[in-house]
Amino acid sequence: MSEKEKESGLTRRDFIRGGVRGALLAGVGAAAGGLLARSRAGDTVWQIDPEKCIACGNCATYCVLKPSAVKCVHAFDICEYCEKCFGYFDLDAPDVETGAENQLCPTGAIRRRVVHGPQYEYKIDEQLCIGCGKCVAGCGQFGMGALFLQVRHDLCINCNECAIAAACPSDAFRRVPADQPYLLKTKQ
Amino acid sequence: MRRLILFLIVLTVSASVALAAAKLPKWYDRPDTTTPAPQSDIFEYIDVAVLAAAMALAAYLALKRRSRRGLLALTIFSLLYFGFWRGGCVCPVGSIQNVTLGLFDSGYVVPAAIIAFFALPLVFTLFFGRVFCAAVCPLGAIQDVVLVKPLKVPAWLAHALGILPYVYLGLAVLMAATGSAFIICRLDPFVGFFRLVPLGKWGQAIIQDGSWPGWDLGGRFNLLALGACVLLISAFIGRVYCRFVCPYGALLRILSRFSRWRVTITPDECIQCRLCEDACPFGAINKPTRRKNVSRSEGKGRLAALILLLPVMVAVGGWLGGRVSPVLSRRNPTIRLAERIRDEDAGKIKGTTDASEVFRESRRPVAELYEEASGKRGEFLLGARLLGAFIALVVMLKMIRFSIRRRRDDYEADRADCLACGRCFAHCPREQARLKRIRENK
Repeated sequence: MSEKEKESGLTRRDFIRGGVRGALLAGVGAAAGGLLARSRAGDTVWQIDPEKCIACGNCATYCVLKPSAVKCVHAFDICEYCEKCFGYFDLDAPDVETGAENQLCPTGAIRRRVVHGPQYEYKIDEQLCIGCGKCVAGCGQFGMGALFLQVRHDLCINCNECAIAAACPSDAFRRVPADQPYLLKTKQ
Repeated sequence: MRRLILFLIVLTVSASVALAAAKLPKWYDRPDTTTPAPQSDIFEYIDVAVLAAAMALAAYLALKRRSRRGLLALTIFSLLYFGFWRGGCVCPVGSIQNVTLGLFDSGYVVPAAIIAFFALPLVFTLFFGRVFCAAVCPLGAIQDVVLVKPLKVPAWLAHALGILPYVYLGLAVLMAATGSAFIICRLDPFVGFFRLVPLGKWGQAIIQDGSWPGWDLGGRFNLLALGACVLLISAFIGRVYCRFVCPYGALLRILSRFSRWRVTITPDECIQCRLCEDACPFGAINKPTRRKNVSRSEGKGRLAALILLLPVMVAVGGWLGGRVSPVLSRRNPTIRLAERIRDEDAGKIKGTTDASEVFRESRRPVAELYEEASGKRGEFLLGARLLGAFIALVVMLKMIRFSIRRRRDDYEADRADCLACGRCFAHCPREQARLKRIRENK
């Protein structure tokens, strides 16, 4: 800073700087304000639209968590409590009983128990479920489609860009408001 | 044959099931589908409050208190809180993409907390310089704490590499604006480390049931390997990501030039003792110009040529951008799908992908997909041209700045490069004198 500038107090450069600063502040404010005007107060979270999901298996492999934050869930009011559940039994299963060789689930995460007569209840053990969707595909193809995949929000860390969403072939992932974080199947 | 059998099985099963379903015993209590709630929104607002408080504290520590030790403590806090506790997501660096997508796609609603994450560091930078980089950004913090032996990057190389953040910023904006991908998040080198030691998850589990969930090795290997390389380099080349990669840093560099206040090496006046010359591990200290009374007319011809060349280079950049737009546009899922369908139909490739199968099953007209893809290609062409022009503009402005001769009498922290880390303070004898005065007054 030259002597002359020091004396005059406000230099030309400072003046320009101040002007640009004001303009930039206004710009940042306008952009933020414009977005805030139509923003939502709460956060958004990722969820799978079960109507679009094709149970391709990407959810098991693309999630940054291992095991995946996507799990199979069961809409019990749709379920028909089949004795031979196509979500539970492999199509080529040698027998209709709970032996591992009969099961479709690679981790044995579905618990089968008799309710009454030929009716069986199927429950997902989420500790074991890896979200591969094999049972979802089975139930969807031959059954009622009571099994479907959902992002479990006690596990999901809500990445800014969900790695599974980026890999989803059927565009089934979308951001939903955090106060309605599930897209559940219900009885029609 | 097999299909017929299957069909019969399905028929009989569904028939028997339909009968059975009506007769679920009365005592049976149908379970509900569980829906564990996401983390409360309150944490988002706590994050914003902590961010603002940390930046205010960083500004106080860097500009008023001039305490490197305080800044280091704040750096470690930020690393633990924003990094390991909160998992490093969402960060201001990534929020560029949310804001861009929000501006271009009216269907995408940006959460208020993310807007705050984007705007607050910008506003703070306009007043106090890059105090966000100094001690608040978790990505900067993790590099800062591993810096052991800073090596000097030659000025020419540093200036050349300094173009990269603008290129990255432009690419990220293009990809976000076209709704293609959030590339900053995909290539974040440190988030894998933050997820490796998820303090937040551990803390919650320990508070809830006293258990420790264990290590989370879920971070993808290639990202962790990339992060390890960046960390290894930043042990010797200080803050290599911040200086030569970070797209948010590119924004902050621009704003920092116009900041109201800024970090100074000396608390009062520079006595040109040269003690601070090598103090900055990031090469952000400018020396006084060698000769006194440099006349501004020197290099006038070159400056004039550069200014005349500017529009030409910007046009060339725009043209080049248009040429690479087909390559860039393949990052877009719609365009990728359309090309896949076209190649499958033409018999160029055998087999299908999941995405192409879904498309065919949806019975959506192919023409409609092609139309959507060509619309996207148009967006990409415009965007890539603007990107090319922008990069050319950045390069030319950098060259123009080299050609403008400015007189500098003192050792000064570069307005754009200075990360306000405070490492240079202790090198200044005037600072030592100030500290001595403070001690004696006590």
